[in-house]
Amino acid sequence: MVSIDGRGDGKSLIRARGLGKTYRRGGEEIDVLQGLNLDVDAGDFVAFMGPSGSGKTTLLNLLGGLDVPSAGSVIVAGDEITHMSARKLTAWRARHVGFVFQMYNLIPVLTTFQNVELPLLLTSLSKAERRRHVETALAVVSLGDRMHHYPRQLSGGQEQRVGIARAIVADPTFLLCDEPTGDLDRKSADEILDLLDRLVRDHGKTALMVTHDPLAAERARIVLHLEKGVLVEAAAAGRTQSPAPA
Amino acid sequence: MKYLHLVVSNLFRKKTRTALTAGSFAVALFLFGILAAVDGAFKQGVDVAGVDRLVVLNRVSIIQPLPLAYRDRLARIPGVTGVTFANWFGGVYQDERNFFPQFAIDREHYRQMYPEFVVPDDQWQAFLTDKEGAIVGEALMERFNWKIGDRIPVKGTIFPGSWEFNIRGVYKGRRIQDDTTQFWFRWDYLDERKSFTKGLVGWYVIRIANPDDAVRLVKVIDEQFVNSPTETKTDTEKAFAASFVKQMGNIQLLIMSVGSVVFFTLLLVTGNTMAIAVRERTRELAVLKAVGFGDGFVLALVIVETMTVAVVGGGVGLGLAKLFTLRGDPTGGLLPFFYVSPQSIALGLGLALAVGLAAGILPALSASRLRVVDALRRI
Repeated sequence: MVSIDGRGDGKSLIRARGLGKTYRRGGEEIDVLQGLNLDVDAGDFVAFMGPSGSGKTTLLNLLGGLDVPSAGSVIVAGDEITHMSARKLTAWRARHVGFVFQMYNLIPVLTTFQNVELPLLLTSLSKAERRRHVETALAVVSLGDRMHHYPRQLSGGQEQRVGIARAIVADPTFLLCDEPTGDLDRKSADEILDLLDRLVRDHGKTALMVTHDPLAAERARIVLHLEKGVLVEAAAAGRTQSPAPA
Repeated sequence: MKYLHLVVSNLFRKKTRTALTAGSFAVALFLFGILAAVDGAFKQGVDVAGVDRLVVLNRVSIIQPLPLAYRDRLARIPGVTGVTFANWFGGVYQDERNFFPQFAIDREHYRQMYPEFVVPDDQWQAFLTDKEGAIVGEALMERFNWKIGDRIPVKGTIFPGSWEFNIRGVYKGRRIQDDTTQFWFRWDYLDERKSFTKGLVGWYVIRIANPDDAVRLVKVIDEQFVNSPTETKTDTEKAFAASFVKQMGNIQLLIMSVGSVVFFTLLLVTGNTMAIAVRERTRELAVLKAVGFGDGFVLALVIVETMTVAVVGGGVGLGLAKLFTLRGDPTGGLLPFFYVSPQSIALGLGLALAVGLAAGILPALSASRLRVVDALRRI
């Protein structure tokens, strides 16, 4: 269940209240997000849409602990992350968030295996355990046979699947996907969306996705629209709900 | 260890750049090794000088002799336990480039004065029974491929004429740093043949009972001969050796100056290279931080990369310097102790690490301070 009216039942996995972000540019203050409320339950697949500059990526950054809000709070799985120190926030990200980037952001000098293994290096898992986790993640994204390939030896779709394997390998609390299909052709994009869909449906993952692509958004259970820093519309499975006050 | 592949992979990202950076460390540390060998060669005499030995010279100049009669007067001074003397010969063997030190020595006491030089008893006896006999250091024997029994012709320069010596023995050093490039022959043979300065010696070497008493004895000895026709200037053997080094100019200052310029240049070059490398990897470093690697990890990663290049390059340079010096003195006799000591290698590696750290610290700090959001947006 996703709501944007600030009246969640308190059991949400992700809860944002009065979330605001203001940037200062050349002496001018720009409100990117304004008093935004959001409740996302575990197992939801949420898409954020909106024009460029509407604050989609900023919202994702705040929910993922990559940035700190100017106002409001974010609580994830009971952890209030808004006032965490940078060091704590880094550790929190490692434990709770799996990032999927538009440009894949794989490290070109590392193999597929080593790229996926990266988040596990921060854990106390043994080498054998890390190997097992990586193999499982690569099997989920159907790249078990590309383990020793370098990113340059993979197609765009395959690279993004490696990116997803890296995001899920440490079994994070939720996935944040920033335009995961933005750099892919339709066929590869569909494969990635199928994969995300499967992760949510079969593996019980929670995924939040920013996208410009209506076809990609359709794959989410809920679509939220952002305009000028305000959530103005929510749609579920093709149905449009009444606009909610921000 | 689980992060090792991150460091290694990054170093192999731009192989040419890594090789060139490591190469610049190698060149700098090769130069350092050679300069350290030169410096060490000049200071060798100072380092191995006996703490219980004093050297008595003519006050006017080292090339002015002293009367042989001083020997007994010196021996009678309380605190003095042994006296010997020697004379610089300065002959030429075959060619002027074949320089090696030749000393006319006091056959009675010279051997006892320098226990660090070991001559087998039978060879020493053979030397004593042959007025034209010579004892030669093993390095010098090896240099000219001489063997015991050879007759060595030397052309006198200070003492003109053709001189010939029979090699009767070989001395070895007890320590690796002992000079075994000297050629000793009997002073009585020199005194008998020379046409001037008869009954005069080049300098005296005195053994004292207590090294702590050296300062007092120096004063006592020189006061003995004050206002005489031949006044003396006494010093510890260490100071005497150091004064020789000083005559060559301030070698250490020269080496420090050259070394500083080289290392400062290396610092700039490496710092610039690392800054470029970090800038190229901004997105990757941001991703590392996004997935949970802390600022400290990123800082350490960049520094370890720089220091690895420094140590590998520096190690190669020092290794090459060591190989180069294994061939021995490149000057044909001026630097008998031309080698890279373990201390120099340790110091060189320390310097390489320090330069690596200094060069890497600013790029590493900028990498560690990188804000993920800004870095991902920037590119």
